[in-house]
Amino acid sequence: MYAVFKRELFSFLSSMVAYITIGIFLLVSGLLLWFFPDTSILDYGYAELDGFFSLVPYLFMFLIPAITMRAFAEERKEGTFELLITRPIHIWQIVVAKYLASLVLVLFALIPTLIYYYSISKLGFPEGNIDSGSVIGSYIGLFLLGAAFTSMGIFSSALTKNQVIAFVISAALCAFAFLGFDYSSQLAAFQSIGNIIRNLGINQHYTSISRGVLDTRDLIYFITFSVLFLLITKLMIGVKR
Amino acid sequence: MSISVKNLFKHYDKQKAVDAISFEARPGRILGFLGPNGAGKSTTMRMLTGYLAPTSGEAEIAGKSIFSDAIEAKKHIGYLPENTPLYPDMYVKEFLSFVGQTYKIVNLPARIDEVVKMVGLTPEQHKKIGMLSKGYRQRVGLAQAIIHNPSVLILDEPTSGLDPNQLVDIRQLIKTLGTAKTVVISTHIMQEVEAICDDIIIMNKGKMVANDSLEGLKKMHQQQSLEDIFRKLTA
Repeated sequence: MYAVFKRELFSFLSSMVAYITIGIFLLVSGLLLWFFPDTSILDYGYAELDGFFSLVPYLFMFLIPAITMRAFAEERKEGTFELLITRPIHIWQIVVAKYLASLVLVLFALIPTLIYYYSISKLGFPEGNIDSGSVIGSYIGLFLLGAAFTSMGIFSSALTKNQVIAFVISAALCAFAFLGFDYSSQLAAFQSIGNIIRNLGINQHYTSISRGVLDTRDLIYFITFSVLFLLITKLMIGVKR
Repeated sequence: MSISVKNLFKHYDKQKAVDAISFEARPGRILGFLGPNGAGKSTTMRMLTGYLAPTSGEAEIAGKSIFSDAIEAKKHIGYLPENTPLYPDMYVKEFLSFVGQTYKIVNLPARIDEVVKMVGLTPEQHKKIGMLSKGYRQRVGLAQAIIHNPSVLILDEPTSGLDPNQLVDIRQLIKTLGTAKTVVISTHIMQEVEAICDDIIIMNKGKMVANDSLEGLKKMHQQQSLEDIFRKLTA
């Protein structure tokens, strides 16, 4: 499994995929956070990162599908999937290896943004006046949200040979899982069970972690979410043979 | 028996891609898989290597069932898929090292050097796979198939698209490997079959229409050329 993980990660890093997607993510988040007046911290006047944390999930909806879309789709198209599956490794090992490699890349995209935390804590008055607990919670939340999005991306990539279709499906899945449940819960028909539906969505749990309180229920939600999608992926690859 | 196949079926909806195939293959002999395009050769090979699941039937590699004991069976198989799919963005040695790691080979760098020499990749060993010519790519494909020294080699059209010089080299290599291993190759070239194969299976529309040694097959058909036999059985 480690061999597959290493190969995946190296192929990200040796191609332009990693640098371009991460670069664009950092560029856009930087511009929105510091530059464009509607969302800029400098215009907002408060030295806090809340804006950033409510923005990144939307960027992840595009960034993560772009990273994961090739995972299985490309191997299927190039025929190298045959090479991979005839090795003495279990299918679940292949799925998990690809998942972890993509997740590491998501982590690589997040790490440089720590500099925003540093800059804003410097900007605060008095210096260092920032709610660190909430920031740490939010980063953990972002990572878990990224993990959930990645599992959906890997799943979509296993659906098709076509990377564009994989991208669109996984972006749609991410958007629905993040916002869809919230919006549906507001429908009149679902009023009585609105709370339950809201709790199925990622946004509810993400906001809860972002407050800086790491609730085991939220943690279990995210872990279950990822495991579920990886399990479906594994079963689907098995059935497709 | 290093390969033993019993009553293997593969259906796609109503189409029978492979229809009740049974055969055995022994070490030290090269088995040639012949048949027109779409006869089910590749499908059979894909089932033997664990890429496709059969509709029904049983297949054993080195005594291990490829379906219920897949991981163990796969350790004994070296497989070169049709059209030699490889990762073009990897370097030759990097790729071989990746393949070697999946088999947990000890002393991998030494083994890679050995295999590179064996398949004649030495002059191109520092290049990216995407930069290699078809012939050298084929050699990389062979190298990844033999790196773990498997007892069974399954090669799907290993010589398609090679120039005459490369053909001779690769055939010689397959022949050498065949002295100790069980080798199954599929091909469309009759001279190749005569040159390297000991046993022959001819398939047509998913069914096995001949399963004999090369001499046996010729004797049965009054010493006709292999080409004529092939046309008679599959036309």
